[in-house]
Amino acid sequence: MAAVQGRPRMDIVIVGHVDHGKSTVIGRLLADTGSLPDGKLEAIRAFCAANSRPFEYAFLLDALKDEQAQGITIDTARTFFKSGNRDYVIIDAPGHIEFLKNMVTGAARAEAAVLVIDAKEGIQENSKRHGYLLAMLGIRQIVVVVNKMDLVDYSRQAFEDIRDEYVAFLARIGATPRFFVPIAAFPGENMVKPSEKMPWYKGPDLLSAVDAFEKAPPKTGQPMRMPVQDVYKFTASGDDRRIVAGRVESGTLRVGDEVVFLPSGKKSKVRGIEGFNAPSRNEIHAGWSAGVTLETQVYLGRGELMAKVGEQLPEVSNRIRVNIFWMGKAALRMGRDYFLKLGSAKVPVRLHHINYLIDASESGRDHDPDRVERHDVADCILQLRKPIAFDLTSAIEATGRFVIVDQYEIAGGGIIREALAADDEKNADFGPSHQYLTQRNISFQKRTQLLGYSGAVAVFVGLNPAFREAVKILESRWLEKKIPAEPLGLVVSSEDGSTLQRSQQQSPELLHLLGMAAYHRADTGATVWLLLDELDKEDAQMLSDIINPIPILWVSDKPFEVSVSDERDKILVSSRTSSIELADKVDFSLAERIKPYPYDPLKPL
Amino acid sequence: MKVAVEQDHLDQLENQSVYILREAYANFKNLAMLWSIGKDSTVLLWLARKAFFGHVPITLVHIDTSFKIPAMITYRDELARQWGLNMVYGQNKEALAKGETFPAGKLTRLQCCKALKTDALRNTLSGEWPRFRMNHKTGQYEVDSNREPYTGVIVGARADEEGSRSKERYFSPRDKNSEWDVGDQPPELWNQFKTDFAPGTHVRVHPLLDWTELNIWEYIQRENIPIIDLYFNKGDGKRYRSLGCYPCTNPVESEAHNVAEIVEELKTGKFANIAERSGRAQDKEDGGLETLRRDGYM
Repeated sequence: MAAVQGRPRMDIVIVGHVDHGKSTVIGRLLADTGSLPDGKLEAIRAFCAANSRPFEYAFLLDALKDEQAQGITIDTARTFFKSGNRDYVIIDAPGHIEFLKNMVTGAARAEAAVLVIDAKEGIQENSKRHGYLLAMLGIRQIVVVVNKMDLVDYSRQAFEDIRDEYVAFLARIGATPRFFVPIAAFPGENMVKPSEKMPWYKGPDLLSAVDAFEKAPPKTGQPMRMPVQDVYKFTASGDDRRIVAGRVESGTLRVGDEVVFLPSGKKSKVRGIEGFNAPSRNEIHAGWSAGVTLETQVYLGRGELMAKVGEQLPEVSNRIRVNIFWMGKAALRMGRDYFLKLGSAKVPVRLHHINYLIDASESGRDHDPDRVERHDVADCILQLRKPIAFDLTSAIEATGRFVIVDQYEIAGGGIIREALAADDEKNADFGPSHQYLTQRNISFQKRTQLLGYSGAVAVFVGLNPAFREAVKILESRWLEKKIPAEPLGLVVSSEDGSTLQRSQQQSPELLHLLGMAAYHRADTGATVWLLLDELDKEDAQMLSDIINPIPILWVSDKPFEVSVSDERDKILVSSRTSSIELADKVDFSLAERIKPYPYDPLKPL
Repeated sequence: MKVAVEQDHLDQLENQSVYILREAYANFKNLAMLWSIGKDSTVLLWLARKAFFGHVPITLVHIDTSFKIPAMITYRDELARQWGLNMVYGQNKEALAKGETFPAGKLTRLQCCKALKTDALRNTLSGEWPRFRMNHKTGQYEVDSNREPYTGVIVGARADEEGSRSKERYFSPRDKNSEWDVGDQPPELWNQFKTDFAPGTHVRVHPLLDWTELNIWEYIQRENIPIIDLYFNKGDGKRYRSLGCYPCTNPVESEAHNVAEIVEELKTGKFANIAERSGRAQDKEDGGLETLRRDGYM
C-alpha cells in the first residue's frame, strides 16, 4: 500500500476585541489562499444580496443562523486553510467579553496566535486581556496585526504608536510578539502579498508571518511525566495484562525504567509498552498516548502522576500559589467548595487567599479583594483537601496547569507559580504528608521485625449493629494493652460541617482514601478495624490491592466474594452473634493468622 | 522498534482521540458509542480498540431506521460478532408500524429524520424505549435489560462536515431534552473536559472533532480498517460518499475502487472542493442539519 503523504499542520487562533475585524481577517485569508469550498463565497454573496446587506467576509464563518442575527461570533469555529508550506486549522475566538470562555477554549488549543487590533480604535481593555490570556495559556508565538489601516490612510505613525504601546504592555507580562503587521483585511492589503499602499513597511505580510511560526520542539528533553488516566484489566475478554494507561506529557519513557507514582510514592519498573495494531516499542515519547505494564503489582488510580526515578520529581503539596482566570457566572470566593482538576487528578479545593488582582486598574477593586469576579485574572493561594503531584508551570507546562470546577461547570483555569509548604494540620485526615510518603525507606516486613509485632486490617462488611459494638470493645481492649488500634469508617460531614454521619455512598474514590488511611496506619503497627455498609467484588479487590502486603481479615454477616489466599482470612458470622462473641472471634482469628501478634488474647488483662 | 519522536498529523489526531476516549471511559459509568456503520464511526470504533488495547469496553448503539441500505446491517452484525462488540440497536417501532415515514409519503424528509433518527436516538439513550442487544451465543438481538439512561454518548461528528458541527466541544453537554444550547457551552482547555453534569442531562463526546474527511480515509488506509464496501465503485461508476437511508442518500459518480483511490480523489480529484454531505437530501430542506442537531440529532 502506498504511504500516505501528510502535510504539516498547525493550529492557530485569531483573537481580538469585538469589531476589530477578526472574522474579516479569517474570511480574507480563506478566500485569498483558495481554501474555500467551491461556491461558498458566491453563496454568501447571494445571501447578502437577497437580504439587502452589504457583503462581509464574516458571514462565511457565521454558519449558524442566530449568529448572523446577532452579528457577533459566539464560538470557536474551526476553519481550514492552506499555504504553500502547510495546512492550518484556524480557530476563531470571539472577542466579545461575554464569550471569554469561548475565546479561552479556542486559544488553549492553538499553537500560535494572531491578535487583531483596530488601527483606528487602538488598544482596548480586551486587547490587553487577550494578551494576558495568551501568555497564561502558554502560547508563545504571537503575531499582532494592526487592522483597518485603510481607515487611517495607511499611516506609518498610527501603526507605530500602537505597536510601541502594545510592546511595552506585553513586556510587563514577559511576552514578545514575533511580528507586528499593518494590514487592511477587507481590501486585502498585506494579507497574502506585500502591500503597495504601505511601502514604508518592510516586514512580512500576514501569511508569511504565519508561515514563519515554528512547531514547538518535542518535549522529550524534559523530565518524564505521565498522569495515570486509568488502569485496565480486561480479564473477562481473556486478557491478563494490567495496563497503566495515560499520555506521556513530557520526556521519554523506556522499558526497564524505574518509575515512581506521586503523590502515593509507590514505585515500580516498566516491564513493557503496550499497543494495538502498532509495532512493538521499547520507548515512548511526549505526546503519545501510552499503556505500560509494570514489573510489580501496585494499586494505582487516577490522580497519580508517573515520573522516573533519577529525574527531577514533581512537587507534592496541598497548598499552591497560582495565577487564575475566572469565567464562572458566580465569583470565586473563600469558604466555598470547588474541585481542582490537574492531569487526571480531581481534588476538593478552596480559595485560601487572594494576593492581588492582575490589571484590576479599571475595576477599582484592587484593595484587599475578597473574591475573584468573572473575567478577573488573579494571583492567589489555593488550599487542596489532599496533596497532589504537579510541576511549576515554568518547569513543565502540561503538569503545571489546572481548571477549577464549580458545581458542574469548569469555571476557571490557572497556572501554578509556586509550591507552598503542605499544611498538614488541616489535612491530617487525608493521608500522610509528602515527606512521609517519599522518605520512608523501611519495608513493612522490616518494620514488623523491628517492632516485634505486625499491624493488620480487619474489614467488617454489613449493616449488623453488633459490628460497631464489637469494634468498640476491641478498641478499648487493645488500647488498654498499649497497642495502637484504630477503627475507621466512611463518614461525611453534614452541610454545616458540625456533625458527622455515615456516608450513604461508597464511591471508589472514598474507598480508595479509606484504604490508603488503613494501609498507612497498619503499616506503622496499628491494627485497623474498617466498617463498611457494603462492598462489591471489585471494591474488595481494590481494598485488598491497596492494603497488600498487610494481612487482612474479612468479616461479614452475608456470604460475599473476595479472593483470599487462605479461606481462614474470611469469617462469616451469624446475625445472632453478640458483640462480645464477635469481638472474641475476631481477636482469635487475628491471633491465629497474624504472626507475630501483639499480645496473647487468652491471657487476661 | 523505536517510535518516532515527531508525530505526523495522523499520529496527532489518533493520540488526541485516544486520550478523549479514555477520559470518557474513566468518567462516565453508563457510556455508549453511536455507530452509524459509516466510515467515521467505524474509525471511532477502531480508535476505541487502540485506546483499550484491542478491547471495546463500551456499548455500541445503532439507530436502525429500517431504511438503511441492507448491506449496512449485514456488515454491522458481522463486525459485532467478529470483534465481540456490546452491540445494541434502537428503533422507532411505533412510527414504522403506523407507516409515518417519508418513504410512505406521510412525512417530509426532515420530519422523517426527526421521527426515525432523533426521536429514536433520544428515547434509546434515555432508556424509555426498548433497546435490543446482540446475544453472542445465538447471534440474535434480545431486549436489553439495561434501561438506565446513558450519561455519556460518544459520537463521530467532525467539525469540517458542516457549520453547526464546527461549534461542538470535545465534551458537549445536552440538557434533559437532549437539546444543545450552542450559545452557552462550557469552556474546554488543556484537555480538561466537562465530566460533571446535572442529573438528567448527558454529555456528547466527540473524539473525531478535529478530523477531516481526508484524514478519515488516510487513517483507514494506514490502519487497514475493514470498511463497508458501499464506499467503493464496484464497476457501475458510482459509490456512496456518505451513508444513510436509501430513500434520501444518493451515490456520487466516482471511479474510486478502493481506499487509496478515494484518498487520491479527495486530495486532488473532483471532490477536493465539494462538501461531503452533498448527497444527503435532508440537509437541503429549510433549517436542515442545524435544526436537527439542536433537537438532539447526532
